[in-house]
Amino acid sequence: MTSVTPDSVSSARPDVLALGPVAWAKKNLFSDWFNSLLTIVIVGIFSWGIFRLILWAFTVAQWQVIPNNFGLFMSGTFPSQLYPRIWALLAVVCGLAGLSWGVLGRNVSTLFSRNVLIGLGIVCAFIVLFPPTRPNSLQLLPMVALVAGGAAAGRQIGRKFPGVGKWISLSWFLSYFVALWLLGGGLGLTRVSTNDWGGLVLTLFTAVSGIVLCFPLGLLLALGRRSALPVVRLLSTVYIELVRGVPLVAFLFMGQVMIPLFLPIGSRPDRILRAVIALALFSAAYLAENVRAGLQAVPRGQREAAMSLGLNTPTTLGLIILPQALKIAIPAIVGQFISLFQDTTLLSIVGLAELLGIGKSILANPAYLGRYAEVYLFLAVIYWFFCYAMSLASRKIEEKLNTEN
Amino acid sequence: MAHDSGSKTFDVKAMLRDERFWKIAFQVITLIVVLLLLSFFLGNLNRNLIQQGRAFGFSFLRNPAGFSIGESLIQYRPNDPYWQALMVGLGNTLTLVVGGIVLTTLLGVVAGVASFSKNWLLQKLSRLYVGLVQNIPLLLQLFFWYFAIFGALPRPEAQIGVLGLAFLNNRGVYIPWASSALLAILGIAATVGAAIAALYLWRWRTKIRIETGVGGRPQSIALAVVGLAWLAIITVGMNWTIPQGIEGGGVTGGLRLSREYVAALTALVFYTSAFVAEIVRAGIQSVSKGQWEAARTLGLNAGMVMRLVVFPQALRVIIPPMNSQYMNLTKNSSLAFAIAFPEIYSIATTTYNQTGRPVEVFVVMMATYLTLCLVITVVMNQFNRSVQFKER
Repeated sequence: MTSVTPDSVSSARPDVLALGPVAWAKKNLFSDWFNSLLTIVIVGIFSWGIFRLILWAFTVAQWQVIPNNFGLFMSGTFPSQLYPRIWALLAVVCGLAGLSWGVLGRNVSTLFSRNVLIGLGIVCAFIVLFPPTRPNSLQLLPMVALVAGGAAAGRQIGRKFPGVGKWISLSWFLSYFVALWLLGGGLGLTRVSTNDWGGLVLTLFTAVSGIVLCFPLGLLLALGRRSALPVVRLLSTVYIELVRGVPLVAFLFMGQVMIPLFLPIGSRPDRILRAVIALALFSAAYLAENVRAGLQAVPRGQREAAMSLGLNTPTTLGLIILPQALKIAIPAIVGQFISLFQDTTLLSIVGLAELLGIGKSILANPAYLGRYAEVYLFLAVIYWFFCYAMSLASRKIEEKLNTEN
Repeated sequence: MAHDSGSKTFDVKAMLRDERFWKIAFQVITLIVVLLLLSFFLGNLNRNLIQQGRAFGFSFLRNPAGFSIGESLIQYRPNDPYWQALMVGLGNTLTLVVGGIVLTTLLGVVAGVASFSKNWLLQKLSRLYVGLVQNIPLLLQLFFWYFAIFGALPRPEAQIGVLGLAFLNNRGVYIPWASSALLAILGIAATVGAAIAALYLWRWRTKIRIETGVGGRPQSIALAVVGLAWLAIITVGMNWTIPQGIEGGGVTGGLRLSREYVAALTALVFYTSAFVAEIVRAGIQSVSKGQWEAARTLGLNAGMVMRLVVFPQALRVIIPPMNSQYMNLTKNSSLAFAIAFPEIYSIATTTYNQTGRPVEVFVVMMATYLTLCLVITVVMNQFNRSVQFKER
């Protein structure tokens, strides 16, 4: 029989809970020889890389190309005397964003918590200190104020009229047409040819248009693919699988060259419209698969329960199935929106001057020959910011909607 | 009564209330609408093509192409027909896709597993890589690699040598390679064959050791023989040529990977690997914590826990989404045309520009990519079946 001798019991001391940075480093960085080697190698390579990058950024790089062309990067060849219209558009978006924030956060005790105030402060400081935006501080700082003011006003409105939430989506919908009007002109404003749309404005415009168009289409395709009706199912499946088998460049090429061929002789839609249509038709197929995954995750009992309550197919779908399916599919859907946003870069291949396209044409200017790294790094930061913001928002929505536990 | 007579004759009201009627009617209406739209589009297409004097047909593929192609696997001269030019493009696409899939799998799995490392730095590095690369468009990354990184390499006069075995300059990367294409194919075939033989021998050895408890020595010897044979073929049989730097710039011998190819491959691998890393991470996370703990309790070390217990189970979750990442890589390889790598999309657009036949070119392109994606799906499904749980 084995037994523990009293001696060995007394000699076993309890583990001392080690705290402090040294203990942390020992546990997480130098736990054994392999780990230590790994840490040393990573630190070595990383610090060498950072050192080289900083050295390059301050000695070799010529950053003049960014502030000199900031207007081009932001709005392409949009006539500079009409810039007030772009500012007006930004003001509309900022005001609406502030209002929606206020209305949605009407039940939060302090809207401007310490973190939010720090964030606003950082944005203001950035606007004033960042060389390209500094000349426009007079226009940009009021935008920040507009967001904050809108939020404060939105909270008051939201508390007074609790039903105002519905109007938010409607006003965003209307703002799209306001944007179209401000960019394109007409109805009392000077017309601007779509050839002069460009830069970040065009990137955001095509991305938003693509998202708005592809969402209902993707939803219909997903429902069609899950339908009990064989003809509808077959048509949806064929469309989804064909589109998913073709690269987007090929699709955009088709949009530019073949959409005019598919229409009556002589009709030729605007090339931005053609690009947006191709982008939306393409993304819809991918979105449909994401929504389908969400639909499949809704238990069968939900449909049966709805049916036994006497709901017909459209109401079952609209009131019972889709709300649950979309909630499940939010991360995947936002992921698809992010890749649609990234895909707008391909429009530069078919000749649109969106952010990457305008970057290419600036690099073609002999004055900025060889400034590839500077321009592409700058563009990468912009794209990264928007994509990261979208994925952050998706995570927040997911937390908000998570009703389990 | 009126009610009775109504049920005998055709009752429209009852039919309108019947769900079965609506199901059929809805399908018929959908079909009619789709057919009308199709006939409208195709009719317009036909009229437009006739007006431009180009009826639909693929006979133009036999006309001489008349353009030269920078790099090709197979023999090609500018006066070869279009279809041969397209085959050259397909070959280039395949080299990009196959290289991309192999390297993406390696880098992606490493990055995914690294996010579970005990080393805090490695863990954060993996997260940083994924968060950075996933949120920047591929085309931008492609331009960055091509113009800002590989374009910034020194000119051939000042090229960089790597241990005297490889050279880098702004025209491309030069690596040691077999002296002839046939030998190279032989070498690759030998590598694949040896890997498969080794895998089977290893499985056989494990099986015998588990079932009978004997040491499995003959199998070990066979493994060693396979390894030595492979080593002999690779080192001696391949007749390696090592690239040699020439005075005043340039390289002879070895294999030149063009700057376009290297940049496209790097961008594709870095971009897709970030997504693969996320898939691998999710797969490993899906393995329940009890499996880790049980394996640790049995006395396996960290590497064995991952390799023998966790990863095989994670594979079940990892394989299906990997299929779509491989398909994405295949489709994204078409972006390489933006840096003038002559892959199939690039050749197809040149063909369109010269012949003005968008419809036929689009059909060829679509068929090519669909076939590639189909092949990947079939292979991956086969592989998927072998890693799934064998139930009942």
